[in-house]
Amino acid sequence: MAYTVPRPKLTLAEKFYLPQVVAGLLITWKHFKNMLLGRTKIIMQYPEEKWDASMPSYYRGAPTLVRDEHGRERCVACQLCEFICPPRAIRIKPGEIPPASKWAKVEKYPEEFDIDMIRCIYCGLCEEVCPEQAIFLRKDYAITGLSRSEMIHNKAKLYELGGVMDGVVNKWNPKK
Amino acid sequence: MMNALASLDWFLIATSLAKTVFLLFLVVLPMVSYTVYAERRVSALIQDRLGPNRVGFPTTLLGLKTDISPFLGGLGQPIADAVKLLLKEDFTPAHVKKFYYWIAPGLGIAAVIVTLAVIPFGSSFLGVPMVIANVNVGPLFIFAISSLSVYGIVLAGWSANSKYPFLGGIRSSSQMISYELALGLSVVPLFLILGRLNLPEIVQYQVKNGWLLLPFTDGKLTLKEVLLWIPVFISFVIFTISLFAETNRLPFDLPECETELVAGYHTEYSSMKFALFFLGEYAAMIAGSSLVVTMFLGGWHLPFIPDGANQGGLDFLHAVPAWIWGIVNITVFFGKVAALLFFFIWVRWTLPRFRYDQLMRLGWIYFFEIAFINVILTAGILAFFPN
Amino acid sequence: MVNVQIDGVWMQFPKGTRMIEACTQAGKFIPRYCYHPKLSSPGNCRMCLIEMGMPKMGPDRKPVLGADGKPEIAWIPRPQISCAQDIAEGMGIRTSSPMVEDCRKGVMEFLLINHPLDCPICDQAGECRLQEFSVEYGNAQSRFLDQKVKKPKNVELGPRVTLDAERCVLCSRCIRFMKEVANDDVLGFVDRGSFSTIACHPDRQLDSNYSLNTVDICPVGALTSSDFRFKMRVWFLKETKSIDVNDGLGCNITIGSRENIIYRITPRENNDVNSCWMPDSHRLNFKYLHNERRFLGPQIKTGSSLAPVEWPVAINRAAEQLKKYALTSSLAMIASARMTNEELFLVGRLAKALGIQKFDVLPRVGEADGILIPADRNSNTSGAKLLGLTGERPGARLPEIAEGVRTGAIKALLCFEDATRCGISETDLAKLESIVTMDILPNKTTALASVVLASSGFAEKRGSLININGRLQRLNRAISAPGEARDDWEILRDLIQAVSGSNGIYMIEDVFKQMAEEVSAFAGLSLSKIGDLGVQLLSGDGKAAERLDADQPVAKTPTA
Repeated sequence: MAYTVPRPKLTLAEKFYLPQVVAGLLITWKHFKNMLLGRTKIIMQYPEEKWDASMPSYYRGAPTLVRDEHGRERCVACQLCEFICPPRAIRIKPGEIPPASKWAKVEKYPEEFDIDMIRCIYCGLCEEVCPEQAIFLRKDYAITGLSRSEMIHNKAKLYELGGVMDGVVNKWNPKK
Repeated sequence: MMNALASLDWFLIATSLAKTVFLLFLVVLPMVSYTVYAERRVSALIQDRLGPNRVGFPTTLLGLKTDISPFLGGLGQPIADAVKLLLKEDFTPAHVKKFYYWIAPGLGIAAVIVTLAVIPFGSSFLGVPMVIANVNVGPLFIFAISSLSVYGIVLAGWSANSKYPFLGGIRSSSQMISYELALGLSVVPLFLILGRLNLPEIVQYQVKNGWLLLPFTDGKLTLKEVLLWIPVFISFVIFTISLFAETNRLPFDLPECETELVAGYHTEYSSMKFALFFLGEYAAMIAGSSLVVTMFLGGWHLPFIPDGANQGGLDFLHAVPAWIWGIVNITVFFGKVAALLFFFIWVRWTLPRFRYDQLMRLGWIYFFEIAFINVILTAGILAFFPN
Repeated sequence: MVNVQIDGVWMQFPKGTRMIEACTQAGKFIPRYCYHPKLSSPGNCRMCLIEMGMPKMGPDRKPVLGADGKPEIAWIPRPQISCAQDIAEGMGIRTSSPMVEDCRKGVMEFLLINHPLDCPICDQAGECRLQEFSVEYGNAQSRFLDQKVKKPKNVELGPRVTLDAERCVLCSRCIRFMKEVANDDVLGFVDRGSFSTIACHPDRQLDSNYSLNTVDICPVGALTSSDFRFKMRVWFLKETKSIDVNDGLGCNITIGSRENIIYRITPRENNDVNSCWMPDSHRLNFKYLHNERRFLGPQIKTGSSLAPVEWPVAINRAAEQLKKYALTSSLAMIASARMTNEELFLVGRLAKALGIQKFDVLPRVGEADGILIPADRNSNTSGAKLLGLTGERPGARLPEIAEGVRTGAIKALLCFEDATRCGISETDLAKLESIVTMDILPNKTTALASVVLASSGFAEKRGSLININGRLQRLNRAISAPGEARDDWEILRDLIQAVSGSNGIYMIEDVFKQMAEEVSAFAGLSLSKIGDLGVQLLSGDGKAAERLDADQPVAKTPTA
């Protein structure tokens, strides 16, 4: 249905444009002057000053993998994060835990776990979907690299960033 | 043959070449780079940001102990940008019309640079007049040549062979044609007043009789001057606003408005070809500002300051060697241009973009008519005050 | 026909229909674990419980009719399993009454009591009946507080099947399959109650050539394929309907691939060909497609070794060499009964264009296993016969060709099989002046060839095959061929063009169209008309069968 947006009635001065233009110029001039004289104080000099201390707990930085309190890698390579990832940044190659291992009953682990941080959009769906609470978005946000391959976080890098996290999933742990 | 060579004014050729090199490479091109820098800094300050404030000069590469990070920082930015643009991959898409695609950026900037030839950017220096080409049709020459720069944009838009550049090119051509008219017509009153089209002479006239826009700069104010100030001011407003449209600056940057046309006519350009359009746009600003300064604001003249031949000004200043005043005149000229450039930038970061129909109506219905009436008004005033 | 009331609606079904099937046909899906339409019904999972009733009988032993003229139903006050009983006249079924829903909820809760809940590592996740029915009919939470029963995990039941007994819901599908279909009764239940588990006969292994079908029919993750184990989650797999090419039957299959890698092949139901099953040997025979020795592009002999070249170069070289011997008896051809009809048709055209008189296909004969594997191990012998690439007895002319090669009467060979398997020795082969061959992997013939044309494997191309029973079935492309390797028909098309000029073929559909114009058996058909389940093209004796499921060819009448 066609709907005509009502246009505001302009006064004569407004129809003439120029007074309005001058008023606008004065506003920007005020900002320019205050900034130039250092009266505006809302700037943070980024690499020297950082906001990290006031970062909220729910901040979504780089996705990382975590180990549990026994040092077991939480991820079992179910590939749900790979499935849910909107930009398809995650690549997992599942593998079987050898029978000799202490955690043989977990059976499955990620042989390779790559997150392409060029693709990652920090949406946090991987953390939300993970049934093993193995992937968490930590507070690292300045993810940089000099090459594309450097920007692909492999398993070692992800565990280094993630560290250890105590969690509620105790399925695989020995009963106390 | 030898006679023909001998009859050439070798001094004129040499000084013209020197002036060209000086104006183009030592003044205009650096000025363009630093206008871009100023644009970024001023816009940042207007928006309560800082803008580029990091890039200094990496003198450690040359063996010095520390890098120079100049006052406020960021002054190395234009140089870094230039190096970046030169080193970027020069990508030519497969679907473009190659010949026109290549020629368009050159056309755009060449037309603008040629107009600088007739601008008197100083009085005289060691007896050499500070204008490259002293022609008797200065403003006409500038209008004629700068109209050609639309070809660069139209060809770029058309040769890119994709829809956004095409729309940008079309908008640009229609906009340029619309405002060319108002631009030309708005300065006719000036010519009526001045009675000449030679730009150095126009400046000389203003030195003697006061700047056209500020007629009291010669120390006296007659009734004729007060009455004529009205049409001159109207001319100035129309001319300046039309200049915004001619140089595709906000609020009239419809040929390249990002929200609708990606980047308008230069969407498909990259690297140095893109940079040429960029240079062209800012060089056009400089050329336009120079014209305004020359015609309305007394060119290189500043009250009480003598010219390059130690004429005029306050008497006790004549003790200083004349060549110093030559340099001062040049500095004054570019100082005035810089102030106008700041105005350009200031306006850009204040006003929103016009709608296309508003732009067209402004050009054809208001400016054209007002400029026309202005001519008649001026003629009437001049008829009342015969010399 | 039998009248049955399902959820208040009266319907008719043929006599002998199971209740569960009748409900499914009526659009009321009944969850089931143990029931499989191709197996017997033990009724031990109790998931398919429904409410059932029979017509109320009056004193005159006649059904009491209700106000609507239909029999009134006397509902049985306790639930019945729907999988083990046929429908009867006047029967009433309720599939979604409160009692039925309660029953399903209860059964689901019992089945999940000892379930390990290891979906993240379970290969069945994504196609698991426990997951599906738990979402649809189960509780969201467990009320079970006791210790779960521990059972053997990661047990190798056989060379290809791994058992996780904790996930098992004891439906006995695998036991019945091995007994009834594979005729190898090695599986059974041991222990009682909560400790009951599936086990193999102590002296035996689950090593039947049909053992992987138990993995397919296992409704949960108890039996998993050792080959596919932990390779890829099933929801990533792109499923392509195709057919098996390892024997003359052409089992219908689904190829599961992701990003150009095949991860598994599963049988697809086609009651006219393979029911729901297929042999292990065939389903695991896809790894050669990912062999790193695959030809990645055409090669020609330069000096003593093969060197990769561009396609036009290879095609021109092949055409040049073949044309040198064209229309003489010194050129022979060995086609393959594993090629598709389209490829064989083009091979026939090429032979005609080159005037080749000596040609045949390589027969492959094995032992029929009496279940699904026939003696003929070539996937398209019928097609080769139909298109005239071989006689009534495939391979009959091979000795003649071998003799010709040995004596030097044959100087050039166009070869679509490994010639050393056709009775030609390597030393004889080396004597030939020119060998043009098309293959996907290096063999003894390609080593001696002058031109090797890199072609595509069965999952990398489209085409049609005719099985031993005369059924025309369709191959579909699941992955793309590696490197520069091309579809076989494209190579042949280009070769024919290089030998005899343009032939107006741009797509594989064009090949089929021209084939349908020339060979009457294909008349009126196209690749898309073959459909997923195939078309009966020839009757058993090789004559054209009456086709009811395909459009009859329309007689062309001049429109003057």
